[in-house]
Amino acid sequence: MENKMRIELDALPENEGFARVAVAAFVTYRNPTMEEISDIKTAVSEAVTNAVIHAYEEKGGRIVIRCSMQDDLLHMEVEDSGKGIADIGQAMVPLYTSRPDLERSGMGFAFMEAFMDSLEVKSAPGKGTCIIMEKRLGNLPWAADGE
Amino acid sequence: MDDTFQIIDHYLMIRLPEEIDHRSCREITRKADALMLDEQVSHVVFDFSNTKFMDSSGIGVLAGRYRKISCFGGKVYVMHADSRMKRILRMSGLTNLIEFMD
Ligand SMILES: Nc1ncnc2c1ncn2[C@@H]1O[C@H](COP(=O)(O)OP(=O)(O)OP(=O)(O)O)[C@@H](O)[C@H]1O
Ligand SMILES: [Mg+2]
Repeated sequence: MENKMRIELDALPENEGFARVAVAAFVTYRNPTMEEISDIKTAVSEAVTNAVIHAYEEKGGRIVIRCSMQDDLLHMEVEDSGKGIADIGQAMVPLYTSRPDLERSGMGFAFMEAFMDSLEVKSAPGKGTCIIMEKRLGNLPWAADGE
Repeated sequence: MDDTFQIIDHYLMIRLPEEIDHRSCREITRKADALMLDEQVSHVVFDFSNTKFMDSSGIGVLAGRYRKISCFGGKVYVMHADSRMKRILRMSGLTNLIEFMD
């Protein structure tokens, strides 16, 4: 069975927590472990925060989050129409940040990569960025929550 | 002042919120930096007792406070971080700069 959802929200710091909780709630019926929930929340937070800070430079804009569950596979896309990334390879290097002035640490992509099974970045300067991530959830729907 | 920030024996103790993200970090940074100007403060302690979530924004806050306090020979300590928080700190290389207190 496939199950899909889509959220469109303003690129505001106030919505970062909402985005995390919304995606976590969407996957709840699959009985994910606490760790899987934390991994997904971290990945959502990183992608949404990047849209708020980098894509729209904290001036606001729209973010679209699309999720689908195909059996145990979560597919998630976080898309903005902001300034885009000129050099994706450089952006993904751990500890690289274009905004050290804002005390960013350059760990966002590294965390998305570590906590999800796959990460793909599509971007074009002036057009926007789409982050595509997937994660297979280990528990079967009828399995008990836990380790 | 609420007990989120306390100065005890030259240590600035910061009780971190339940969720450390871009939004909550702004406030922590602003207040911490104001208090660190206080000449009584020589070291900073981040208390993770209440913290259930942290993203890369938290790494920036800890690294930034480390940069400031280490200029004066001070240290950054972390207490009550659970295994996930420790993993995140380790991945970012921060464990080489900070000390765990618990
Ligand atoms: N949605 C986006 N739009 C434009 N640029 C982006 C976007 N996402 C990331 N970037 C660019 O990629 C760089 C690396 O992103 P990453 O999330 O790894 O680190 P950061 O956001 O700079 O720091 P941190 O996530 O640790 O706070 C950013 O500094 C920015 O230049
Ligand atoms: Mg980031």
